[in-house]
Amino acid sequence: MSIKFLRVGVASCGIASGADGVMNLLKEKAGNTPVIGVGCIGHCYAEPIVEAVLDDGSSIFYRDVKPVDADIDNILACGEENRFEIPEARRKKEKVMVLALAGKVDPTNFDDYIANGGYEGLKRALSLTPEEVVNEMKLSGLRGRGGGGFPTGMKWSFLAAKQAEEKILICNADEGDPGAFMDRSLMESVPHQVLEGMLIAAYATGATKLFIYCRAEYPMAIKHLKIAIEQIYENKLNVINGRALEINIKEGAGAFVCGEETSLIASLEGKRGTPRFRPPFPTDSGYLGHPTMINNVETYGNVPVILRNGGAEYAKIGTEGSKGTKLFALAGDLKNPGLIEVPMGTTLAEIVFEIGGADPAEVKAVQTGGPSGGCIPVELFNTPVDYDSLKALGAIMGSGGMIVIGKNRCMVETARYFLDFTHRESCGKCTFCRIGTTRMFETLERIVAGKGKPEDITLLEELGKKIKAGSLCGLGQTAPNPVLATLRYYRHEYEAHVNDHVCEALQCNALVKLKLDQSKCVKCRMCIKNCPVDAISDDFVIDADKCTRCNSCMDVCPKKAISRVSE
Amino acid sequence: MNPEFAYLKKIGNEPNNLIKGLQLIQSTEGYVSDDGIRAAAEYFSLPEVEIEGVLSFYAQFKRVKPGKNHICVCDGTACHIKGSSQVHTWIEQELGLKPGETSDDGVFSLETVACLGCCSLAPVMSINGKVYGKLDRKKLAKILKDYAEK
Ligand SMILES: Cc1cc2nc3c(=O)[nH]c(=O)nc-3n(C[C@H](O)[C@H](O)[C@H](O)COP(=O)(O)O)c2cc1C
Ligand code: FES
Repeated sequence: MSIKFLRVGVASCGIASGADGVMNLLKEKAGNTPVIGVGCIGHCYAEPIVEAVLDDGSSIFYRDVKPVDADIDNILACGEENRFEIPEARRKKEKVMVLALAGKVDPTNFDDYIANGGYEGLKRALSLTPEEVVNEMKLSGLRGRGGGGFPTGMKWSFLAAKQAEEKILICNADEGDPGAFMDRSLMESVPHQVLEGMLIAAYATGATKLFIYCRAEYPMAIKHLKIAIEQIYENKLNVINGRALEINIKEGAGAFVCGEETSLIASLEGKRGTPRFRPPFPTDSGYLGHPTMINNVETYGNVPVILRNGGAEYAKIGTEGSKGTKLFALAGDLKNPGLIEVPMGTTLAEIVFEIGGADPAEVKAVQTGGPSGGCIPVELFNTPVDYDSLKALGAIMGSGGMIVIGKNRCMVETARYFLDFTHRESCGKCTFCRIGTTRMFETLERIVAGKGKPEDITLLEELGKKIKAGSLCGLGQTAPNPVLATLRYYRHEYEAHVNDHVCEALQCNALVKLKLDQSKCVKCRMCIKNCPVDAISDDFVIDADKCTRCNSCMDVCPKKAISRVSE
Repeated sequence: MNPEFAYLKKIGNEPNNLIKGLQLIQSTEGYVSDDGIRAAAEYFSLPEVEIEGVLSFYAQFKRVKPGKNHICVCDGTACHIKGSSQVHTWIEQELGLKPGETSDDGVFSLETVACLGCCSLAPVMSINGKVYGKLDRKKLAKILKDYAEK
């Protein structure tokens, strides 16, 4: 059996693991066998990944490939080293529709996308009337993947109903949740799919100008989109109803609140990205006063799938109120972090344990929805993932960031982390959001520093409720969620911090000291050598006043004689 | 207009291109200087204070010149959980730098960012845009040494 061609995953996560070196060496050594750079196949923990596609169409995957002769020769000989079997659990639980071409096609190659059914959704859409396309979307039951969960078909019908010379369509690619990378992967891996979704939306709604607002931290996504747009122009796919539509990319400049739609529009107009009161809704008056519709990257990514197979077919997948599949960016304390796609209704246990390979004995909770969301304790992992079930638990679906939190993490510190983020990202327009989140953050800082008072807990709860009620946009309305959710499920951790000055998870440095167990110590002096502040004496005693709890000594101790203990 | 910033003419001078213009200045100069603000004000026919207002709103814009090698340590959720604060400690110990600072010799500067989109490789940092994942102390020290010698 010989190799027909080779695929190398060269999305951002692959490159960060050294896939570009692997690709170059493969090209050098593979002779006439084509080597294709593809996007993300989702198994980020195993990057760099190489797929050897054989003559009979079957594939052999290789993981953790290094840019060295031995590894490359092994692949070219279809050798046994470094082979990678896609875990069985993942194959069973996943349903790959939106990501079907991610990691399969060359994102910069137009023909590759066409050969795999690309632009067939657009073709079918153009064979229907715009109203029929909107109806297909309504039939599909698709809800916005940007976090809000607003029914997409309905939003489209609002814009379609508007009579105006200029109508604007925006793709929200700001992906502000720190810990989420679904949109990045989709844009890097199959940029045409997102653009195809936008073109279908433009036809259905009569939009005349298209924008993609992408965060500047995603240079590869921007590059691939730009190439794809050129190819669309060349093939005149942007000519809809006889009018050539412009597709513009605008780079964000690093502000979380700009993911909120009215802020995003202000930012597109070149201004400070502060939100404004709605109504008027963007579909009535948005970018420069024109009717404007905003959808998320993944929402657009679903559109070609829906149009290709029909809305009714799509609606068969998922739960009553949440149709289709959802992408999740799995990260944190688990074995197999990466990008996954599961049908709505899959349980958290299936995602975290079976797909993610996390150890049930080690997991404390999962955080969804990032700084706007909440945590769900492991005891409730039989919850199906859909918009309504997660909301009932005080978390949200969010855009798809899913962070697994291990038993050794402190929930108060996790809440502090999110408030640190939101109080800095608050645009400052609403007093409750601006000052309230800062006060919450300061209170949490006090608690993790061991200086909290029992009344701080009630203060947090009160502030949380008021900030939610007194903020104009979703940022403030959801900012207290991480605190309120941890208070709901992990109140005892807060109480232990303020009453007993104990951090159960042994994470908060102010409540922890490092202890050296003399009975295990072999006096190798590694700890003394590695301590950056000379806190360890020649007779191996750690000076708690000097020690910064940086764990350097723990990391180097060959006998694991040093551990963190309560003060 | 200051001829140093003549490249602004590559983009249209409508006010809704302001952020694009400032991004162009930053990618060319490495930061936005007072001269840059003046040039943008003139080009887009906007008051200087308005330019300042936009600059201060967005985290991306820098008002001081960054080092030759600009380090961005990710403190997104995944990286935070995986110990990004340790990465900061290590960098401080290796280079004596805190976020927002540039080393005296101008070789390194340090910034904290929220999520580089490589969460599955946490903890992550980037230097001059190149991303390094699964950092530990040894790996970090080697990367920094390589850049220092470049
Ligand atoms: C503070 C804040 C941040 C947001 N960030 C994003 C984001 O990064 N990406 C996104 O698609 N939607 C984000 N949203 C939601 C958008 O406002 C909007 O609902 C969404 O883009 C609509 O698209 P959809 O209906 O396809 O989900 C954010 C909302 C708020 C309040
Ligand atoms: S949280 Fe660090 S790369 Fe996403």
